[in-house]
Amino acid sequence: MELLIKDKIKQVKKGDQAAFEDVVLFYQDKIYQHCHRMIGNAHEAEDIAQEAFIRAYVNIHSYDERRKFSTWLYRIATNLTIDRLRKRKPDYYLDAEVKGTDGLDMYSKLATDEKLPEDQLEGLELQNYIQKQIAELPPKYRSIIMLRYLEDFSLQEISEILDLPMGTVKTRIHRGREALRKKLRHV
Amino acid sequence: MDCNKEALELMHKHLDGDITREEEAQLKNHLEGCEECQAHLHELKRTITLIQSTEKVTAPDHFANKVMQHLPVEKKHVRYMRWFKMHPIVTAAAIFFIFMMTGLLSAWEEGSKLTVSNPENLIIEGDMVIVPEGVTVDGDLMVQNGNLKIDGTVNGNVILINGKLVQDEGFDGKNLMASAGEINGELKEVDRIFEWVWYNIQDLFKGIFSVE
Repeated sequence: MELLIKDKIKQVKKGDQAAFEDVVLFYQDKIYQHCHRMIGNAHEAEDIAQEAFIRAYVNIHSYDERRKFSTWLYRIATNLTIDRLRKRKPDYYLDAEVKGTDGLDMYSKLATDEKLPEDQLEGLELQNYIQKQIAELPPKYRSIIMLRYLEDFSLQEISEILDLPMGTVKTRIHRGREALRKKLRHV
Repeated sequence: MDCNKEALELMHKHLDGDITREEEAQLKNHLEGCEECQAHLHELKRTITLIQSTEKVTAPDHFANKVMQHLPVEKKHVRYMRWFKMHPIVTAAAIFFIFMMTGLLSAWEEGSKLTVSNPENLIIEGDMVIVPEGVTVDGDLMVQNGNLKIDGTVNGNVILINGKLVQDEGFDGKNLMASAGEINGELKEVDRIFEWVWYNIQDLFKGIFSVE
């Protein structure tokens, strides 16, 4: 698959705009998921994921074909999400408790896409809980945990994506794992 | 072994897959005797499994479509520039070809004036060059951008570039022998650009290889 994508990117570089659609289709779920988990909001995630692909297209000539395309693309997406999180006003967090709901936050108000049978409800609650715990991690740990365990990048690749020294990546993944362990040990 | 420091460090090294054999043995050894650390490692591994068990999110419908609609439309010159960057050799060849052609064309255009190689004793009327009766031209005669009429004699080759040899019409309607003139050599008419180029090249080679 990587080979096919490499071919498509060569075509894009030659000016074939239509070839880019296949690249988008191949990576859209991964990039969207990454943005969604980083940002915690579907609308903004779509916005940023789109922006990431558009930037990749516009800057396709700065992509070095000897390297993995996915690391390059993720780097664009991660930078955009980090920028967005920085600009965000602090009171906009989904984690913020909604007044008068006794501990409920915005997560509990997010509508799920489809209705599920009752026996799946418990699994869904666990899912939501885990996702919430991930979402509550500080972004610098969250991004690394996701890249490593949801998107299967090696530590070396993560260090390239985030432009961080290997030592920092290792320290952060250790701390991220420990933080999540504390939150999820009783599940 | 200190549980909170060394053992913990080794556990994370183990999870990242960059633990040495020696360290692994140390960790194993420690875990066998320390339930607390066993539990800790188990929790860490379970945490990873839980993270990985989360549902995959898929992109919204028509996501790719929307991206494609938002891509900037490339201006033509950008596309050409990109193409040139992608094909440097073809570009170099094209530039060379353009220079070569403009060079040749300007040489061709430059010579739109009537020129005669040795105009002594010849009559020039407009774009007509006449070798009068009784006049003998010694050596080659070259006329460029003009017609030539020979009533006299040329002792050499005649080269006509962008012109024609004009002959008086004979009473029998045929041109043969109608001209009183005489050429004691070859007659060459060049009136198309490629022939002209070819002639120039031939001339160049003759110039190079002729032994005086």
